[in-house]
Amino acid sequence: MKPKKEIKKVVFQSAEEMPTMPMSIGNMLWNKTGSWRNIRPEIRLEDCIQCGICWKFCPDMSIEIEAEWPVVNYDYCKGCGICAEECPAKCILMVEERK
Amino acid sequence: MKKVIMGNHALSYGAMLSRSQVIAAYPITPQTQVVELLSEMCADGTLQAKFIKVESEHSAMAACIGASAAGARAFTATSSQGLALMHEMLHWASGGRLPVVLGNINRAMAPGWTIWTDQNDSLSQRDTGWIQFYCASNQEVVDTVIQAFKVSEALAIPSMVVLDAFALSHTYEVVDIPDQAKVDAYLPPFNPPYRVTPDDPRAFGGLTGPEHYMELRYKLQKDMEKVPEMIERTGREYETTFGRYLGLVDDYLCDDAEIILVTSGTAGYTARVAVDEMRDRGLKVGNLRIKVFRPFPFEIVRRLTQSAKKIAVVDRNISYGHHGIFAQELKSAIYGHGGYKPVFGFIAGLGGRDITPASFREVVDTTISHERSEEEIVWIGVKK
Amino acid sequence: MIEMRFHGRGGQGTVVASKILADALAKEGNFVQAYPEFGVERRGAPVFSFIRIDNKPIYDKSRIYAPDHVVVVDPTLVEAIDVTEGLKDGGWIIINSDKKPADFKFPAKFKVATINATEIAVRNKLGTLGAPIVNTAITGAIVKILNLTKLESLLEAIGDVITIKPQNNQKAAREAYEKA
Ligand code: SF4
Ligand code: SF4
Repeated sequence: MKPKKEIKKVVFQSAEEMPTMPMSIGNMLWNKTGSWRNIRPEIRLEDCIQCGICWKFCPDMSIEIEAEWPVVNYDYCKGCGICAEECPAKCILMVEERK
Repeated sequence: MKKVIMGNHALSYGAMLSRSQVIAAYPITPQTQVVELLSEMCADGTLQAKFIKVESEHSAMAACIGASAAGARAFTATSSQGLALMHEMLHWASGGRLPVVLGNINRAMAPGWTIWTDQNDSLSQRDTGWIQFYCASNQEVVDTVIQAFKVSEALAIPSMVVLDAFALSHTYEVVDIPDQAKVDAYLPPFNPPYRVTPDDPRAFGGLTGPEHYMELRYKLQKDMEKVPEMIERTGREYETTFGRYLGLVDDYLCDDAEIILVTSGTAGYTARVAVDEMRDRGLKVGNLRIKVFRPFPFEIVRRLTQSAKKIAVVDRNISYGHHGIFAQELKSAIYGHGGYKPVFGFIAGLGGRDITPASFREVVDTTISHERSEEEIVWIGVKK
Repeated sequence: MIEMRFHGRGGQGTVVASKILADALAKEGNFVQAYPEFGVERRGAPVFSFIRIDNKPIYDKSRIYAPDHVVVVDPTLVEAIDVTEGLKDGGWIIINSDKKPADFKFPAKFKVATINATEIAVRNKLGTLGAPIVNTAITGAIVKILNLTKLESLLEAIGDVITIKPQNNQKAAREAYEKA
């Protein structure tokens, strides 16, 4: 599913080779916007009440529900902290990104 | 099939026959009947389209943009303040190269609060990168909506189909409703090269740095330059199927005219009545009704005005601090092509004041009796 | 070209009357243009609608100032406003009224016809006693007096336009046609 392709900045040399529509030149499957993040959400599942609020609030749809538990998709999570703010169990911590 | 319908319903029929798939609109006088009929058509199955109710015109255009990006044929209609509220989204549609078609009923801008016609609403959107068609009859409205989708989709540029408040929107005329099967053959389903789809996820309209933005705009302009030829070609195709040519301009007795009236919208039809009267009096007057304002049809306008001695442009609009907008365009079209030719700029009919055959008689009298225009603007019928 | 003006009150179907007439005329291959007064309509207030008829395309999109004929759907308007404003010499004034044409004091240069459309509408159960809907009946009289279309075209147009009690409306138009 996810091609292992490096994110490379594409710079077109002519207008002709550019697509007509302004859109991401690469496919979003490899244009991983998670690289923009400098703090990351970590979920302490032991305190999680499985309410799904983080899933609903994440503006980047980066929380997926797997087997009824929330899982962060770090390929796209931009580290905005909204999930941590909204979590009623306060079980999402925003931690410094480890480079 | 011939039917007596109002101009607003002519827009609805155009959108229906084009098999619009998404319609999102917010009601505003004098546009209301456009969406009323379309919503009925969606409800009773005459039109297989998703009707999206929205809370503002800004959202209406946003919904059309989303639909178009997903590969659906999208239509909306509005007027005046509603079009002004859409302004930001108009740029998103053209910049995003999404061939949405919008019906705009020309209504003057408030304040003073008004619901009557003039062109300042649509002409304020001149530089948004939309194609603009100005119609003079209900027949032209139906036909132009269908053609607009064809031109827009071929070149990925949205279109505005414009008609006067009341003088067309609420006026009933006999319209030959095109046959659906023939429209289908003329306008095949919308099939854009890219669309929003989970199978090939992409971000649309995202961050574009200085290394690419200018090329996007260059491409939009280059495609805009192809529009006149495309309109003439699809207009001839339309004529082959439906017997009505849809061109850039409607020229009436211009060939041997010494004075050419330049007009648009319904006033452009009333002008023909005045031209007939003046021809009877032996005056060599012609009428050049501009149907497509953007892109401005420079070439054909130059050709048709070539042998005229004077040009009289009648604007139902004004660019404050400059003059009538069509007059500006006309001057820029003929500048540097052939010798000096006086262009007289008249302003008439703002805020729904009537433009009658007598208005054009006044225009022609002024043009005949002056060597060149003494004022930038000659006002017709204003109580100075 | 024939130009006509209709006088009525908001809610009486004055615009519908001109639309029906336009439909009937179009059926016989005429070019027509029908439009309401440009602006806001209020129930009960005097309203106008207009129609242009020709055998060739109509390019004039300006308003009608000098009609060939006028139709007065609401008889109380004869007292309230000048229904002859701009009316051309020799033009018809067709009034919905139980009075005789001679009872009206219009200048002799106009021709006056009356039709009791209200009575016809009430008898055919159109609208209510207090607010009868007279617009279809009056079209029958107009078509006859001005010799505009065949009765059949008018009845067909009424069938197309009117969705509530179309037969009663057609019957009313026929009666008015015969009486006028
Ligand atoms: S930090 Fe923001 S982007 Fe990341 S998962 Fe939480 S809400 Fe989504
Ligand atoms: S919001 Fe908090 S408690 Fe609710 S599912 Fe997400 S992590 Fe668990």
